[in-house]
This record gives sequence, structure tokens and C-alpha cells, in this order.
Amino acid sequence: MLDLTPDEWNAVRLSIKVGLWAMAASLPFGIAIALLLARGKFWGKSLLNGIVHLPLILPPVVTGYLLLLSFGRRGPIGSFLDEYFGIVFSFRWTGAALACAVMGFPLMVRAIRLSIEAVDRRLEAAAGTLGASPMWVFLTVTLPLILPGIVAGMILSFAKAMGEFGATITFVSNIPGETQTLPSAIYTFTQVPGGDAGAMRLTLISIAISMAALVVSEMFARRIGQRMDFE
Amino acid sequence: MTLSVAIRHRLGALDLEAGFESAGHLTALFGPSGSGKTSLINIIAGLIRPETGRIVIGGRTLVDTASRLFVPAHRRRVGFVFQDARLFPHLTVRSNLHYGRWFTPQGERYAEFGRVVEMLGIGHLLDRRPALLSGGEKQRVAIGRALLASPRLLLMDEPLASLDDARKSEIMPYLERLRDETKIPIVYVSHSIAEVARLATDVVVMADGKVAAAGPTTEIMQRLDLLQPEEVGEGGAVLDMKVLRHDESFGMTVLGAAAGEMRVPRVALAEGSVVRVRVRARDVMIATERPHGLSALNILPARIAEIGTVNGAQVDLRLDCKGDILVSRITRQSLETLELGVGRDVFAVIKTVAFDRANLSPGAPPVLTS
Repeated sequence: MLDLTPDEWNAVRLSIKVGLWAMAASLPFGIAIALLLARGKFWGKSLLNGIVHLPLILPPVVTGYLLLLSFGRRGPIGSFLDEYFGIVFSFRWTGAALACAVMGFPLMVRAIRLSIEAVDRRLEAAAGTLGASPMWVFLTVTLPLILPGIVAGMILSFAKAMGEFGATITFVSNIPGETQTLPSAIYTFTQVPGGDAGAMRLTLISIAISMAALVVSEMFARRIGQRMDFE
Repeated sequence: MTLSVAIRHRLGALDLEAGFESAGHLTALFGPSGSGKTSLINIIAGLIRPETGRIVIGGRTLVDTASRLFVPAHRRRVGFVFQDARLFPHLTVRSNLHYGRWFTPQGERYAEFGRVVEMLGIGHLLDRRPALLSGGEKQRVAIGRALLASPRLLLMDEPLASLDDARKSEIMPYLERLRDETKIPIVYVSHSIAEVARLATDVVVMADGKVAAAGPTTEIMQRLDLLQPEEVGEGGAVLDMKVLRHDESFGMTVLGAAAGEMRVPRVALAEGSVVRVRVRARDVMIATERPHGLSALNILPARIAEIGTVNGAQVDLRLDCKGDILVSRITRQSLETLELGVGRDVFAVIKTVAFDRANLSPGAPPVLTS
């Protein structure tokens, strides 16, 4: 059943790689934006909130096309990054990771923001009276308390990346070995005669990976929960 | 160490304008809820920034709006025990206790872990999580956590208010030890006369955001005009008396002061030690001649020094017992039928059983003056 062809293996490996990178690279931004939205008081906060949520409400193809326009070789951001940092997104696996990160970002921010809003700020004040500077308060009190939210956000981002199709295929196309993730590979199989068996194999693998991610996150959440024993 | 506070701050409907100076060992901020005492203590801690004012602790200026000085809370080295313990749920009791030590400069760490743990009786809790502690245990750990940051001043915001009576009396002795065994000046917010009378060396009375009165506890407690209506019957004088002898046959202790001798239920203190006695106004009767055939054992000669304002059917009298002050609450009818007036010599009568354990506590050491 699991006799995967090299191309199929590539798709699996690539999907996991893209998902992990998308999750890891967006995490610092996710925490920062969530903090800003949960705690910040500034002009344009609802605008920022709207922009963060845009990928959730736009058709994925539109998000992918916007990415192509701005991060493509000739796009304003894409050409800048290429010229000064040698980072290229278009038609590379990095572009797939970027598309997945953008699509998963609102989910990640939401989860982290909710957990930040649930933090008892009086605990932070207490830490302050014990001599902890705001930076230390964040590292020793806030961060451990929002850990469950961060884990949930990471899992959501990874899961979104595993399933992301529209934005990715619009932005970086469907190149085997470079940008062909699991959903694109499954889609390709369905487009050719006799591809049903391959599509089914990849579908099962897709389910297995998603389930594994969920189980791992549950275990993690339970361990944190046990450690904390919230009142 | 002297604490000097003079601030002005608007908070919603409350116009906080408070100033006091205290060199006391344990200064109580006393007043009804909404009088601004918690806001004031938050301002001292640096959790609220006052609009104008100055705060100086032992020569170190923490706030001076005139010169735009504001030391943030984490640099003040002012410990804070909150009403709701606020232990960190993700840390064990031990880590909670160690938390503040981390941020204290090496040379200024005077608090010893072992001693604080022993004093508060929390040694058996060290490896537990805060969620598994009882209310009283949490509060003791919170006190230890604040102490172990080696603060220069300890603030306590109604640390007993959220506890039931049993837990309160469980913690009281620890607070007394804290007051007597450490040299940290304490500011203690409370709306309970019983706590203030038992613990405080000095009292600052707050009302509507202003300081209504300030001074040593024994002086403040006898004031007739400071009692809140809801504290009626709880108010009264506080006397620091000496243990003269124990009367084992009747299970009593004889205390002495300028006012004379007083018999109270047996207290477990050595002869010669100081006992703080709270004599509630409602427990003091007045007789115009020395009564005979009366079960009450304590009959003290007194002179009426002041008659308070009449409150419904009741009136408070301030009695001068050879220099010691007692307060008596009687009915207006008695006042008239006995023809009591200022300057009249009378006898104050107090039943021995009126004193329960909460009214008799080890006396505070003499107030430190600096």
C-alpha cells in the first residue's frame, strides 16, 4: 500500500518541510502581532487586525496572486529581497512556505491572542513588585502562561500548511520536487487517468500526518496543563 | 526608617489627596472600602502613577512629580502582599519563593530562605503547586515570596480579607512574628478594627480619599469620632498592659497598667511581658458608685473625659483611668438617668469573659524612632 514512488515521497517530505518552516518562521511574528493586538493601544489597531485576518476571508487564489505580485521576482518586495539578500520566493519551496505561513497566520495570531487576553495581568504586576523588569516579566510569567495558546497556534499553522493548496499553486505553481506539496500532488493525480491509487495513498498519508500533529499537540497541551494546574 | 507620603490622584469619583509620615513598625492604613487605602498602597508600590506628589522611604525618593522622578515598581524594592495571594500558577511553591531573590542585587539579599520558611511554617509545601494550597497557605507563601525579595518596605493589602475566620486566626500569629522578628517596616491595609488593634503600632485613618487621623494605635483607637457605623460595637480602646501574675486556680491572668489591675482569661505569656488588650466599647459598663455583689471582676475608677455625639439610642464615652483611656458605649437613657457629664468620677466595669483570645495578643515592641 505504501509503496510510494520517489516523486510521491518528495511531495510528503516537501509538505512536512514547508509546514514546519511556515510554522517556525511565522511564530515570532505571530507572538509579536498577537501581543500588539491584545495589549497595544494605538491608532490603526483595527486596520492591522483586518490585514492579519485578510487571508482567512479572501479566496486563497487571490492571496496567492497578491503574493505573486509583491513577492514575485519582479514584485517590489521580491526584487528587493533578491537583490540585497539573495532570497527568492517565486517558484521555490521557500515561496510555498511563505504562502502557507501567510495563510496560517490569522489562525496562529488568534490562538495566541486569546491566550494572552486570558493572562491575569495582576500576576504580572506581582512579578514587577518582586523586582522583575517588564522584559523578565514577559519571559518568566507571561510566556509560560500563554504556552498552551502558542502550541495551539503552532499546530493550527502547521495543519493549515499541510492543507494549503490555492495560494501555493497560484504563487509557486506545482513543480514536482520543488513546490509540489501533498495537496498539489493529490490534485495532479486526480487530473490523470489511473491516478486514483496514487491519490488514495497520498490522501491516507495526509490523514496520518494531520492526526499525528493533533495527537502530539494534545499530549503537549495535557503536559502543560498538568504542570500548571490552573486555579 | 521613615515613610513619607504626600500625593494627589484622581481615580474615578475618588479624589485621593493623602499625606502621612510614619516611622512605625507596622503602620495600618485603616478605613472603609472605597476610602482610597488600596489605591494609596498601589501608589506606594509603583503600580499606579500619582498625578502629583512625593514618596520617600528611608531617605530614598521614589516619586517626586515636581522633579519628574518616578522609580518604576520593579526598581523600588518594595514588597507587596496582595489580598488574593497572586502566586505564579506555573511555578512550585519553592520557585515562587525564589522568584524575587533572582532580581535582588547580591549585596542587598538579607532574607534567609530557611528562616523565612520556618517563620511562616511552609516547609512542607515547598514542592507543591499553588493550585493545591488552601487559602491560608497561599497567603503565607505570598508573604514569604515578598519577604525573600529582601524588600526595604513591605506592603500588605488586606491579606486576611478573603479568608474565613479560622484561616485568619491561623495567619495572625505569623503576622505578629513578621512584625516582631523582622526589621522591615510594614504598611498594612485593613478595614477591620480587630486586625488593626491587634497588629498595628501606628494607624493612618482614611476617609473619602483623605487622611482623617494618624498616630500611634493606642491613641487612634480611643478616638470616638473615627468609628464607622458598621464597626459599631467593635470599636474601643487598646491598652498595652503588663502581665503581673497568673492565677492558676481560676485560670486567669492579672494584667497591670496605670488604670489598675485587670483580670483576663489565662494568656500564655511570661510574667513581665507586654500584652495588647483591646477593650471593646460595648463591653464597658459605667457605674456611678463602686458596685457590690457583681460578677464582673474588673472595676476601674475612671473619670469621664469626653462624651461623643449621640448616635440614635447610643453614645460613646471616653474614660480617663489615671492616664489610660477606655471607651464605653452606653445608651442615651443611661446617660440621662445617671446624669453623667464630663469630669464626673465613675467606675468602669468590664467582665473578664468579654476578652477572647483575639482581644489579647503579644504586645508590639516599642515603636522604632529614627
